[in-house]
Amino acid sequence: MITPLNVHHTKDPFADTRLPDSHQDTYSKTVLGFWIYLMTDCILFATLFTTYAVLHSSTFGGPSSHDLFNLSTPFIETMILLCSSVTCGLGVLSAVQNKKNRIIFFLALTFLLGASFVVVELYEFVHLVQEGNSWTKSAFLSSFFALVGTHGLHVSIGLLWMGIMIVQVFLKGITLDTFRRLVVFSLFWHFLDVVWIFIFTFVYLIGVL
Amino acid sequence: MFGRLTLEAFKHEGSQNFAVVMALLTGLGIFSYITYKKKWSWLWQEWFTSVDPKRIGFMYIITALLMFFKGFADALMMRLQQALAVGDAYGFISAGHFQEVFSAHGTTMIFFVAMGIVFGLLNLVVPLQIGARDVAYPFLNALGFWLFAAGATLTLVSLGIGKFSATGWLAYPPLSGIEYSPNEGVDYWIWSVQIAGVGSTLSGINFLVTILKMRCPGMTLMKMPIFTWSALCSMLLVIFAFPILTATLFLLTLDRYLGMHFFTAGNGGNPMMYINLIWAWGHPEVYILILPAFGIFSEVVPTFSEKRLFGYVSMVWALILITILSFIVWLHHFFTMGASSNVNAFFGIMTMLIAIPTGVKIFNWLFTKFRGRVHFDSPMLWFFAFVLNFSVGGMTGILLSSPPVDFQVHNSLFLIAHFHGMVIGGFLFGFFSGFTYWFPKFTGFFLSERLNKYAFWCWFLGFLMAFMPLYMLGFMGATRRLDHYEAATGWHPLFVLVGFGALIILCGVCIQIFGLYKGIKERKNNLDLTGDPWNARTLEWSIPSPPPLYNFAIIPTVDQIDPLWAIKRGQAPKSEKNYEDILMPKNTPMGLYIGFSSLIFGFAITWYMWWLAIISLLVITTCLIVRLSSKDVHEIITAAQVKEIELAYSRRAQTL
Repeated sequence: MITPLNVHHTKDPFADTRLPDSHQDTYSKTVLGFWIYLMTDCILFATLFTTYAVLHSSTFGGPSSHDLFNLSTPFIETMILLCSSVTCGLGVLSAVQNKKNRIIFFLALTFLLGASFVVVELYEFVHLVQEGNSWTKSAFLSSFFALVGTHGLHVSIGLLWMGIMIVQVFLKGITLDTFRRLVVFSLFWHFLDVVWIFIFTFVYLIGVL
Repeated sequence: MFGRLTLEAFKHEGSQNFAVVMALLTGLGIFSYITYKKKWSWLWQEWFTSVDPKRIGFMYIITALLMFFKGFADALMMRLQQALAVGDAYGFISAGHFQEVFSAHGTTMIFFVAMGIVFGLLNLVVPLQIGARDVAYPFLNALGFWLFAAGATLTLVSLGIGKFSATGWLAYPPLSGIEYSPNEGVDYWIWSVQIAGVGSTLSGINFLVTILKMRCPGMTLMKMPIFTWSALCSMLLVIFAFPILTATLFLLTLDRYLGMHFFTAGNGGNPMMYINLIWAWGHPEVYILILPAFGIFSEVVPTFSEKRLFGYVSMVWALILITILSFIVWLHHFFTMGASSNVNAFFGIMTMLIAIPTGVKIFNWLFTKFRGRVHFDSPMLWFFAFVLNFSVGGMTGILLSSPPVDFQVHNSLFLIAHFHGMVIGGFLFGFFSGFTYWFPKFTGFFLSERLNKYAFWCWFLGFLMAFMPLYMLGFMGATRRLDHYEAATGWHPLFVLVGFGALIILCGVCIQIFGLYKGIKERKNNLDLTGDPWNARTLEWSIPSPPPLYNFAIIPTVDQIDPLWAIKRGQAPKSEKNYEDILMPKNTPMGLYIGFSSLIFGFAITWYMWWLAIISLLVITTCLIVRLSSKDVHEIITAAQVKEIELAYSRRAQTL
């Protein structure tokens, strides 16, 4: 019998055999690779955080973070994103339990939460621009929009991905491929949550203090 | 409809028109030759859609060599201009165009020659050295190559349509900001580097996972060949450094396209932040290039000394130390920024520290030769030239790492001589050594050793003549990027000497091209039937040349550092010839589609053709979704087929 083990000959001795994947190493290779990708993304965000830290006080006579931010909107955003992480995790758990409809339900819920997060963020951005505080005003605002906007862009890409996953699970059910993609997606989603926690802390909490 | 693109973009000055015509003629020549030979469908099926790392490696190296000719032509133009433009004479290039030439030279050589060579060699050698049939993500590998090719093509397009960046190879702001560089040049630079850079990050992840996950049974980390170790360290650097480049270019893009103020001179922007960020990528980048060269010499020197590598463990730790240290030295590229003396001292000392692991490596290679049986084949000749040039370049590097000295020679030709000593004398000579070493493995035939040696001597002497005088010119006050100077400076004779050195290198390049042509033409007389022509030690030489599609009919098991020596000396148990069905990934054109769309995207966004940019972005997204949603497709090579191929190889070897 042909299994991908013929190509990928290193069997993973620590493989979790409870998972519905007979060729463990496609799974473990993908997950490892995606972890490494997330670390590159992490460095990308670290660079943006650094520029934000450097340019935080370069307001050029314009408003500072203290003048612009309040905690209520970011708190709502944080709650939405945290809840979406929980529902996303529940989705993966349903996949382990082989319950297709529950996956779709939880993914749809996650999608709604993610979409509302993006809407709230866009609302905040539009509000800032309408008050005349757009990214062209000062280096501080440039770095703010770039950092928070990049996170928002990641969440939007996550939404697209999630939409595709819902369709895939609906059409194909829980296969080795869809399961692996679900796990990798949930890594991405939790990662975005962690990045948001840092944004909430460094941009909003410290900004308001 | 065409954004900023007008007919003006097609008008250039004389020398550039010549280059455009030459490039077009070359392209047309290649195109009609392939059409004449009716090779398009073969190219498409066997090469363009291939996910075989051996094929992709070849394509990387061919692209890199083509780009090398462009970058080398840039270099010759600069050297000719500097030999001519003294006093009342102004040479043949205008000052504005000269800036484009040196920007294009640096960008081409680092991003599209050196990076292409690194990934090309990794693709060819790493899977074979670790006893694997493939890389971890075959499609990602092809995608990385096509993104690299798209970036390279975009710089070529800038030759004919519009202008290239005139802001140096790293595009320092505020000069590269929209206020001082309003035209398309910097945008061309941003997008070609950005597209290729994303490809590099993807390939970096691919090779890291390949090395970590796909080694053959028994090959623990400390039994890996040193080239694979150097690849591992180099890829770690890619993974840590390239996201910084991506982010930095992204911020510069935001400055230029959306009017943000990260690096502008006004509204609180901070241009020095760009320079910090770009070197936080840029310094690891030079180690991304040089570490594989170290790896190559660690394979070549023991093989041609008939001895084991001296100090394997110290070699590995030296690599790891260099990997770590390379992230805490970036400030030495701009000691003159005006940081406090304590900051400068820290970075100066860190820079000096790198000399220690590098010295360990040099001594290890020298001790490997000690009491060995040294063969003076051309791979080894490149090593001798490397040791000399790299040591000189390293010493001048130590000089530069001292901030007070650096203040004197900052941005002078002294610096140029130093880093060309490292990149040519270190990296490029390493590549040539590896090229002649592994050439018979991957093509199945040898190049003319005599021509290889002629080319070596031209390169070596030409290099000394072209770059040693630059140290003197640097001390005499000549700065880099000069398109004209006064006769009273007394620099002219040295610049003429340097120009002649460049011409000698040109002879070397011509001999290499001729050698390739002659080698391919007479390949039937110079076949490598053994698969192990150098009496080497690592797994890639245990299989026939050129390797079959699946590399290893039977996955080897390894219990020491030099597995092939063990087999040849009868110390390793003979593996049984029980062939099995082999599953290989199927070819796919998706990588090519995405790369091509990225090229269109880069071109469109450079010229503000928003509709085209959006369309190509949609195409890229669609291709990605289609590819990532589909099932992995494999093809089977049955055990009977494997047996047949292996038998054919062994019959061929018996004709010796």
